Amino acid sequence: MVGDMVSMQVPKIQVKDLSYSYGGKAALSDITLDVPPRATTVLFGPAGGGKTTLLRLINRLNDLVDNTQMSGHLFLDGLDIYAAGVDVCQLRRRIGMVFALPLPLPGTVRENVLYGPMLAGIRDRTRLEPILERSLSQAALWDEVKDRLDGPASRLSGGQQQRLCIARSLALEPEILLLDEPTSGLDPISTAKVEASLNKLKQEFTIVIVPHSIQQGARIADYAAFFLMGELIECGTRAEVFTSPRDRRTEDYVTGRFG
Amino acid sequence: MGRFTVQRVGFILLFAATAAVILPILLVVSAIVVRGFGAIGWEFLAAMPREGMKAGGILPAIVGTLLLVGGTAVVAIPVGVGGAIYLSEYARDTVLTRAIRLAIVNLAGIPSIVYGLFGLGLFVLFLGFGTSILAGSLTLSIMTLPVIISTAEEALRAVPTEYRTVSASLGGTRWQGIRHVVLPQALPGIITGVILGLLRAAGETAPILFTVAAFYLPRLPRSAFDQTMALPYHLYVISTQVPGMPLEIQYGTALVLLALVLSLNGVATVIRSFFRTRREW
Repeated sequence: MVGDMVSMQVPKIQVKDLSYSYGGKAALSDITLDVPPRATTVLFGPAGGGKTTLLRLINRLNDLVDNTQMSGHLFLDGLDIYAAGVDVCQLRRRIGMVFALPLPLPGTVRENVLYGPMLAGIRDRTRLEPILERSLSQAALWDEVKDRLDGPASRLSGGQQQRLCIARSLALEPEILLLDEPTSGLDPISTAKVEASLNKLKQEFTIVIVPHSIQQGARIADYAAFFLMGELIECGTRAEVFTSPRDRRTEDYVTGRFG
Repeated sequence: MGRFTVQRVGFILLFAATAAVILPILLVVSAIVVRGFGAIGWEFLAAMPREGMKAGGILPAIVGTLLLVGGTAVVAIPVGVGGAIYLSEYARDTVLTRAIRLAIVNLAGIPSIVYGLFGLGLFVLFLGFGTSILAGSLTLSIMTLPVIISTAEEALRAVPTEYRTVSASLGGTRWQGIRHVVLPQALPGIITGVILGLLRAAGETAPILFTVAAFYLPRLPRSAFDQTMALPYHLYVISTQVPGMPLEIQYGTALVLLALVLSLNGVATVIRSFFRTRREW
């Protein structure tokens, strides 16, 4: 049942029996989940469910945290990303991440978007300028900032900053986009713009997103997975999970009986 | 007493405490300025001393102090800032790291005369550098290290962790994140700490007493193994060891040293406030 959502496609990301704890406190227990390619998978559930932890394990961002224990496996395109000898920086370039708060780097809009490519060694201006425009267009921000590319990124509004962060993560042309409550600090108009750009990106990228609300999750999901207290309760297509959930707890959460 | 009276009294006492701090500084500075200003002149600052220091200038002492500060900077900045980067960005919480931090704290507490004797034993005698700018600079560097490491580390830690996380999520190595984001943001704090450390080195007498200072040299130093005159030591000697030294020359020398130290302090303050307005977090 669990993880058995996709019949034909090879899953982009596979989580197998993954357990994770911070200093002895369990954050994830025995998670097995398949993330299909070129679709939006929504991880939802009440706080403390382990969703953010799972996101950070996918791009190995939790390597930066001390005193953790992990068992199980995470596969990207069939390869174990925690195997010895994996180039972590290369892995992270294939995965873009957007955090809950807009986090522009100090510097101009241009510097923010091109930071990833610059780190990867691309210095040639003739290559960088197209990357800049493409990424900002994909994030639905190009029209608003094309005249202030060399202005400070901190002067943008909250919604613009968050779309800048999306553009920044797209600059490296990743295959996967991880988003952790990307619209939680934003007003409804900015939220709508971000959701619209995510809907456009869905066709090219594999998106894993922790939504800001159940409603947002239901709006944008192709597939969904419900997390509760570190356990994966159920997963499936949007219709299955939101409209006719199998588990009682999923139904209770989706209908708002607890949260 | 009523509540408002108590508040008033408290305010007055706190204000008095603050004024009490400023007062001595004003007195010291004005006393030195008033009594030493007369001695300041082109000859005083740019000429060599004559007639057993009682006339002429203090150029060699000024040059010597600047050379010592420069020598200290050359050693203390790379070691200090490098150490701070390691402690802040790379070190894990192990026994070794804790031992290093303990050592730094203790280094900060050692009296400067002990540094002078240490420098004498290690650099002058054991390593055979003799009393020299080299020995003096090395001694002053060790003395300055704790200050530089502490302030630099604090400046690095003040940079929000989020920047490092973002840099890592974009495929940056730890060093790339430090080099492109963290270090530039921490630079104002680091520069301030460096300047404050160096100005302490400029003003200390005890560490240079046995390691480099000479009372009288007929010419300016020509190599790192030469001795040199230095302002703090020079001031000490002319005030206590030379009979008949005109008071004005003593205060004049003190004024030059004070001006050097205060202007370095002023530069540090300007840098700090300039970057504070430009900080992005």
